[in-house]
Amino acid sequence: MAEVKLMKGNEVIAEAAIRCGCDGYFGYPITPQSEVMETLMARKPWEETGMVVLQAESELAAINMVYGGACCGKKVMTSSSSPGISLKQEGLTYIAGAELPCLVVDVVRGGPGLGTIQPAQSDYFQATKGGGHGDYHLIVLAPASVQEMNDFVDLGFELAFKYRNPAMILADGVIGQMMEKVQLSPYKPRWTEEEIEKISGSWALTGKKGRERHVITSLELDAHRQEDFNKKLQAKYRKIEANEVRFEKILCEDADYLIIAYGSAARICQKSIELAREAGIKIGLLRPITLYPFPTQAIAEMCGQIKGMLTVEMSAGQMVEDVRLAVNGRVKVEHYGRMGGVVPTPEEIVEALKNNFEL
Amino acid sequence: MIDIQDIIKPENLVYEKSSLLTDNVMHYCPGCTHGVVHKLVAEVIEELGIQEQTIGVSPVGCSVFAYNYIDIDWAEAAHGRAPAVATGISRLHPEKYVFTYQGDGDLASIGCGEIMHACNRGENIVVIFINNAIYGMTGGQMAPTTLLGQVTATTPYGRDAKLNGFPMKITELIAQLDGTCYVTRQSADTPGAVRKTKNALKKAFQNTRLQKGTSFVEVVSTCNSGWKVTPVEANNWMRENMFKKYPLGDIKDI
Repeated sequence: MAEVKLMKGNEVIAEAAIRCGCDGYFGYPITPQSEVMETLMARKPWEETGMVVLQAESELAAINMVYGGACCGKKVMTSSSSPGISLKQEGLTYIAGAELPCLVVDVVRGGPGLGTIQPAQSDYFQATKGGGHGDYHLIVLAPASVQEMNDFVDLGFELAFKYRNPAMILADGVIGQMMEKVQLSPYKPRWTEEEIEKISGSWALTGKKGRERHVITSLELDAHRQEDFNKKLQAKYRKIEANEVRFEKILCEDADYLIIAYGSAARICQKSIELAREAGIKIGLLRPITLYPFPTQAIAEMCGQIKGMLTVEMSAGQMVEDVRLAVNGRVKVEHYGRMGGVVPTPEEIVEALKNNFEL
Repeated sequence: MIDIQDIIKPENLVYEKSSLLTDNVMHYCPGCTHGVVHKLVAEVIEELGIQEQTIGVSPVGCSVFAYNYIDIDWAEAAHGRAPAVATGISRLHPEKYVFTYQGDGDLASIGCGEIMHACNRGENIVVIFINNAIYGMTGGQMAPTTLLGQVTATTPYGRDAKLNGFPMKITELIAQLDGTCYVTRQSADTPGAVRKTKNALKKAFQNTRLQKGTSFVEVVSTCNSGWKVTPVEANNWMRENMFKKYPLGDIKDI
């Protein structure tokens, strides 16, 4: 019997973590995502599943605790919001460089600097382009509902372990704070030591017993050996790009125009396309679910059919750069965005569509 | 004539290298204290029989490559973050012996927050703190523990309190934290001092077994390359200057 509840996005992250067999959560409070750790602490999963929950002294410490847990082949995670994610970027580049799996949740708020505590999507660059130093990528999932907040915890861990790569859920203050109906996942037990041995036994720190010692590091002083490692990482990213692109198309079959939006902006745009169609404009919505890997091919394939594309983001226009690269000048691509924590209305998006394409 | 093979016989054996020390040639400068402390860590882990349960966390600095020399599982941490990494490992492997090995720049400067809070939480880990009052790997710059008047690459006229602040006695600060069970300051400049340091390390790892909280072992050390003196002069300078500011002995033992 499916368990359906009315829950906040942030609370669902905590619940999904416990249910998917997460071994450890390390966090630091920051608005608008503090309910994740609050929910975990109230739920006391260490009594139920043995999951460790620890409030760190900083975001730096939290992500490095995640690094430590990930070194052991355990399912570990953290969550934060934009200024905190900036701090975690140091740890994330080490985690990517050491090829460790983990899950990071970013409930985005407006910036730059301390910015605002209101929702935004202005972390697209720091999420999808590496974020820290060096050539690397996170696998980035963009939930557009509380249900997807639930589903992407398990999916994020699955992809992280499949590719030994950090995965990120890029949500925003709307999805984090919004209450919706959610069908919770059934409980999965935490991995046993034997299962960890089977899944990550070739590299995890479990104590040197009957094998060569395992060393988790991202350091290589020899330039050629470092380049070989960089090539190996890049080959992994090409594999992720070939196999893991996820997106949703809504009313695209007969569309003359296309909106491209992710996360809460995509939810708002669903209403916008209804309104536009009532006004006789044939418009569809393409919603990237993975922001890295980006649905480049799917967007490129729409160019023959579509007269113009509008990206809608709660930012000055970040994803629009990837859309323009995909389109490569074949179709006019415009951006409509609100910043600073302002959430656009469906009506103003329709207006922007009309103005940009003279409809 | 006595052949060398006549000498190398089990009955003549009075000392041997710990089986946990690898055959990799150490990158440390002649006269550096790291090699001695590495040897002691290997010996202690071997003597306690905990090789299969021990996980080390190496820092950024000269000892970043500690994992090349001691034959156990290792994680290499970002600069200063070893105590947080060790926290993650120890919390998920509470039955394991987890230790960090950090220099003064790593522990007392960039990682000041992480070490304070790991010790304050009483993480069940061992911290080995090599204090040679200088940044060795980057070429001899000022560290938090650099003495007043000490010449370094970034204090070419000597450390001036007005400009650079004071030498930091972080070990005394650590001892104030309720999470620590054992805080000691040792050295490795004489055979006797080496034996004392080994005993301190052994006690620290035994505290982990007893789940007593954080054990913190500082080793006042030399960096003759960074100090730009000979190894013998470095030992003398350390005794005359470092020991005054950083007196040896147990600060806390609960």
